[in-house]
Amino acid sequence: MEATFYISSAIAILATVMVITSYNMIHALIYLIVSFLAIAVVFFVLGAPFIAALEIIIYAGAIVVLVIFVIMMLNLRDETVAEEKTWLTREIFIFPAILSGILLAELVYIIVNAGSTPLSYPAISPSEVGLSLYGPYVIGVQLSGILLMSGIVGAYHLGRQKKKVVHRFLEKIEQ
Amino acid sequence: MNNVPVEAGLILAGILFILGLISVLIRRNIIFMLISVEIMLNAAGLAFIVAGARWGQPDGQVMFIFIVTMAAAEVSVGLALILQIYHQIKTLDGDAANRMKG
Amino acid sequence: MNEFLWLIPALPLAGALVLILTRGNLSRTVASIIGAGSVGMAAIVAIIINLDFISSGQQAYHQVLWTWMNVDDFSPAFAFYLDALSVIFIFVITFVGFLIHIYSIGFMADDSGFSRFFAFLNLFVCSMLILVLADNLVLLYLGWEGVGLCSYLLIGFWYDEEKNGYAARKAFIITRVGDTAMAIGLFMLFSTLGTLNIQEILTQAPQAWTVGSQTAIAIAFLLLGGAVGKSAQLPLQTWLPDAMAGPSPVSALIHAATMVTAGVYLIARMHVIFELAPVAQLWVGIIGAITLLLAGFSALTQFDLKRVLAYSTISQIGYMFLALGIGAWSSAIFHFMIHAFFKALLFLGAGAVIMVLHHEHDMFKMGGLKNKLPVIYWTFLIGAASLAALPFITAGFYSKDQILWLAWAGEKGNIWFYLAALIGALVTSIYTFRMVFLTFFGEEKTHVGHGAGRLITIPLVILAVLSLLGGFIELPHTMGHVTLLSDFLQPVLPDVVLRPGTEQSEWWMQGIAAILCLLGIYVAYFFYMKRTDLRAEIKGATYELNRFWFSGWGFDALYDILFVQPFLYLARTNKNDFLDKINEGMVTGANFFHKTFALTQNGVMRWYIMGIVVGAILILSLGLLLH
Repeated sequence: MEATFYISSAIAILATVMVITSYNMIHALIYLIVSFLAIAVVFFVLGAPFIAALEIIIYAGAIVVLVIFVIMMLNLRDETVAEEKTWLTREIFIFPAILSGILLAELVYIIVNAGSTPLSYPAISPSEVGLSLYGPYVIGVQLSGILLMSGIVGAYHLGRQKKKVVHRFLEKIEQ
Repeated sequence: MNNVPVEAGLILAGILFILGLISVLIRRNIIFMLISVEIMLNAAGLAFIVAGARWGQPDGQVMFIFIVTMAAAEVSVGLALILQIYHQIKTLDGDAANRMKG
Repeated sequence: MNEFLWLIPALPLAGALVLILTRGNLSRTVASIIGAGSVGMAAIVAIIINLDFISSGQQAYHQVLWTWMNVDDFSPAFAFYLDALSVIFIFVITFVGFLIHIYSIGFMADDSGFSRFFAFLNLFVCSMLILVLADNLVLLYLGWEGVGLCSYLLIGFWYDEEKNGYAARKAFIITRVGDTAMAIGLFMLFSTLGTLNIQEILTQAPQAWTVGSQTAIAIAFLLLGGAVGKSAQLPLQTWLPDAMAGPSPVSALIHAATMVTAGVYLIARMHVIFELAPVAQLWVGIIGAITLLLAGFSALTQFDLKRVLAYSTISQIGYMFLALGIGAWSSAIFHFMIHAFFKALLFLGAGAVIMVLHHEHDMFKMGGLKNKLPVIYWTFLIGAASLAALPFITAGFYSKDQILWLAWAGEKGNIWFYLAALIGALVTSIYTFRMVFLTFFGEEKTHVGHGAGRLITIPLVILAVLSLLGGFIELPHTMGHVTLLSDFLQPVLPDVVLRPGTEQSEWWMQGIAAILCLLGIYVAYFFYMKRTDLRAEIKGATYELNRFWFSGWGFDALYDILFVQPFLYLARTNKNDFLDKINEGMVTGANFFHKTFALTQNGVMRWYIMGIVVGAILILSLGLLLH
């Protein structure tokens, strides 16, 4: 089972690196889906099958698709890819890589020094998750509901295209 | 059965997070920035799952559900905003929206 | 009736406050009613209280209003002390002040700062009244500073012209020097006697110090310094001629009748200390004698009508100082009262002449006004006659003559004082009638506009009557020896002691003085009316002397070299000292940091995210290091 974990984590990391360095938006999103699928396998190994399914359904299936739809709505031309090539140069990676390298080093240091406990991971079934969700964490469910509703309302309102107000004289000409 | 050490899971989450962070820092295109934020959120969720599995409790998974919910709402609103900005400044360049400088 | 004493300074103060708070929004009529009416009511209250005081024969009345401060063993009170000396002063201040207010209604009628003028004038009257009614030296100092402030405000009343501001500042700064000396004197008084209450000082001083003690001499000289500043005597006399930049009613009230006599009041009030310090008293007389000669000769050469009167004021106050110096306290006060009448009259008349001739100040461009402005001419003539001490009919004769005689016959008088006063009388007569002949006689060089209204001429008439009749309250030995005034002042100011063997000399002294006055009139008539051609010759021959006397004996130039130039030099060389560098450094530093930090707000989102990452790294490192 460990082998599955290590292999899928390697795939996830590789796919994420491809997301970072790709010039085309759609290519990046495809690689992202691959990454999410690999992470779902990791979830499965860690004994969270419900979450693995949820990851694929919501993350890979809804959010990424939403982004793809919006990209289609923007009606971008090929100049975008060329633009991206000018923006994403080799030199630009250096300083953020250094910063993030330092951060990663600190994170690894903290994690490694915390002490190691090899355990076996029992699979936590969806019913346990459901009981926990509607038991102690029921407030979170309510808040999530409100959040989603605000998300819907906000997305609808912000995404509206205002009609251009044209002078009535010009209106007649347009007709 | 599965003797995956906790540190390996957390380090994986860390690496994914850092990769997402690098992507946010270097990308000029707004949509790419949004995608990178998704990567970071996913990595954070992974860390929660690993923690929950370590203690054998469903709390980690519950937290992941909340994170995903939040990510969904955030992406929808964010994309709506991106549409509006695109209509205003006619480009997807994040540096072009710098009227608040100085 | 006496309990209304506090109303006398309070009414003008109320008038001033109302006019200040309404900031010129009242109509001319209302403002003039409030301004002149408050002083008028104060005058009525003052006259009633004075009559009551005189008829009841009481010595003094003390009214305590409240305790001003209470620190350790120092608790001066806001309290008024009415005795014979302050009775005379409040009568002069309120009555002459009221007449000048009436005059101002007509004089300042076209001015845009009408309300402001009356506010300042009322404030001045209030401060002067506090000065003369104060029962302790701290309250007196309050009034002292108040009149200094109002003098500054009123000299620079027409502040649009720069030279008025310069004159006002010059007056304030020079009197400030005197004020500082007086303040040090007050400190010394308090540290040695432990009190600043005037009556307590006057009783304790003779017990604490013997005649001629060092402390008494020091304090007396310091008080003299303060008096010299306010009364424009040597060496602080240079501000008064320039103070003529203010309107004529201001010159009449402040710089003739009241403020400049504050020094005389101070010395008369603290006469006990001066009696304990004969050296200081001698110097009072010396300063008076020198100043009266100096100012008299300067007045001979002036061509500006008001400057002649200014130097004349300095000279006449020199007479008062001379009288104080020889111990003739009540004579000084008598001359003060009469001087207030005729000098105010002369200034008001000069103001009327200047106004009628469209602000022409130069006497040599005036003339022929005798028939055009009859009321002003006759009142001015009466005032001039009183100033020159025309024998028998004018009040000035009686007051100035008494000083002349006592300069010779008084116990502390000597021949030099007498000669100085005599020559001063001759010079006074000459320049006074020079002024009259140039202004009113001869041919008309500037055309008269409209005449002067009733508001202007009625105060002139009243003051003229007083200038004639005011002297009859104190007649010399040879004419009936009426001593109403000196008897009245007897409880406060001791009588003058005569040198043995001199009582008989009064009649021929008077004769000499009378002859000199008439001689002076004739000299002026000769040179300015009959043989005007001789003037050019004399002026050519004595040109240097003329210029020297014209500039006030070179004092302005002297002070410029001694004080002004070194101060300006210090200010210039000190312009960029290291303290300035510290301040500038702070400014430059703030600017630098501003520009630097503004660079962090460049609107690029990736930059901000980088900032967050750097912050996260720092916090984590901090956490790691601490563990």
